[in-house]
Amino acid sequence: MSEETKMKTSSASADAFVNGLIKENPTFVLMLGMCPTLAVTTSAMNGLGMGLTTTVVLVLSNMLISLLRNIIPAKVRIPAFIVIIATFVTVVELLLQGFMSSLYDSLGIYIPLIVVNCIILGRAEAFASKNPVIPSAFDGLGMGLGFSVALTCIGAVREILGAGELFGIRVMPESYVPISIFVLAPGAFFVLASLTALQNKIKRTLAEKGKKEEADKIQSGCSSDCMNCSDAGCAHRFYDSKAEGTIAEAATKAEQAPKAEAPVQTEQAVEEKKEEN
Amino acid sequence: MGNMLNVSSNPHIRSSESTTKIMLYVIIALLPTTCFGVYNFGLHALLVVLTTVATTVLTELIYELLMKKKVTIGDLSAAVTGLLLALNLPPQTPLWVAVMGGVFAILVVKMLFGGLGQNFMNPALGARCFLLISFTSIMTNFECDAYTGATPLAALKAGESVNVMDMIIGRTAGTIGETSMLAIVLGACILILLGVIDLRVPGSYIVSFVIFIVLFSGKGLDPQYISAQLAGGGLMLGAFFMATDYVTRPITKKGQYVYGIFLGIMTGIFRLFGPSAEGVSYAIIIGNLLVPLIEKFTTPKPFGKGGERA
Repeated sequence: MSEETKMKTSSASADAFVNGLIKENPTFVLMLGMCPTLAVTTSAMNGLGMGLTTTVVLVLSNMLISLLRNIIPAKVRIPAFIVIIATFVTVVELLLQGFMSSLYDSLGIYIPLIVVNCIILGRAEAFASKNPVIPSAFDGLGMGLGFSVALTCIGAVREILGAGELFGIRVMPESYVPISIFVLAPGAFFVLASLTALQNKIKRTLAEKGKKEEADKIQSGCSSDCMNCSDAGCAHRFYDSKAEGTIAEAATKAEQAPKAEAPVQTEQAVEEKKEEN
Repeated sequence: MGNMLNVSSNPHIRSSESTTKIMLYVIIALLPTTCFGVYNFGLHALLVVLTTVATTVLTELIYELLMKKKVTIGDLSAAVTGLLLALNLPPQTPLWVAVMGGVFAILVVKMLFGGLGQNFMNPALGARCFLLISFTSIMTNFECDAYTGATPLAALKAGESVNVMDMIIGRTAGTIGETSMLAIVLGACILILLGVIDLRVPGSYIVSFVIFIVLFSGKGLDPQYISAQLAGGGLMLGAFFMATDYVTRPITKKGQYVYGIFLGIMTGIFRLFGPSAEGVSYAIIIGNLLVPLIEKFTTPKPFGKGGERA
């Protein structure tokens, strides 16, 4: 592998990783895999366990599907993906049963249900079946960790409010009366909605800040002396952002005016020619 | 002069009815049962009522100020929500629970969905169910200085005999505003005479509930049992004051009958076959969720549109 392709792969991998973790967080942004998100996040530990289990399956299945992407016929790709995912889920399930039986018991039916988790199938279809192995693995890792972080956050909030504990350790004062609705099903919806709203708010604030910096960049270094300025593109950028429309309108009017007159002239010309004939 | 030169499209003759007026009528109609509850259960009940009303009004005010929206606490709807919620709480409710219920009713059930007219669920009942699920032991503890022991409905469910006369007057354990059938019906009469509510929803609700009880309770036409079921629990308060909420009931006449019958059947199922003795609030909330569907199927057809072709 040459140095350049190596660089490309690593930057693509890093992009895929960050993309899954933050920009396209499967839970808060893509809204995928809602069933385990709502069902197993009764405590932070359950959320973390579910998230990491899914991450392992996601990385392994993404890698294998990416390896086989040129062999699997397009017509039967979904069943093929599901067979691959189911294999890894069974492996992980048996491992959990053997070595972490308490987590296995508390997650219950939701471990085999990882097979039909939208995130895994979605990443297989959208990423792994079109990309090389290493970026696919990092995409799976980013998505899986994003899912884990989201599930742990939801689980932590639900556990603190609904039981006064975090990872099984009492964090609220003794006088705190647990609001038990938060460890029940309705609480999952409240917490998911609130956290999604919160991250949207944070993201929007950050985006607005970013835009402002960009706008500052354009104006900085401008001497306001446009006649003698070497940056010819500046005026366009400046006016487009400052007074939208006015210049553009003037330009379109100027363009339209001759066009409107032109057909009349040609018609007259044609008539004159006819008369001559 | 300004009023005389009002140029607008029709209708030109307007009723003096307004949201504020209707809400004021509802508050007046709720006064008998509120006063009876305070007289019956003592000073703490009054504190609960005042706390809840203050919380709902303040929550709406603060939300609207923070979100830079028009302040609408003047239409009294928040006060009505607070009053109804308080009447649905046990007399010994700790005040912090009342505050939490008030905040939930206005913030989550009402304002997050767009304020008055946009909420799909009765805010007071939504908050009551939130509290009931969150603090089950507090919300089902009806013991206070005046009364110990089970509510009449719980006693009825356990197969014990109850004094129906006490239940009609309201000298029983229960939430602050639900015990006195007499005071509630008095308030309901005020609303009906003022034209604020009509009998379509409460009537079909109560009648279908009685039919369900007669058919499935195994007691047949036992007047003692039926009147105890009618006077006990939140049925009267729910039927006249919560099921008739303008925002969360169907607007079509046919739909209102369907809605009432559905509520009656659901209440009957919860009371007879459910694990707890009471089910009015859950029945009305589930009914609220079905309202869009009911309206879709009962919208009247304009003359000449639709229908069968010859």
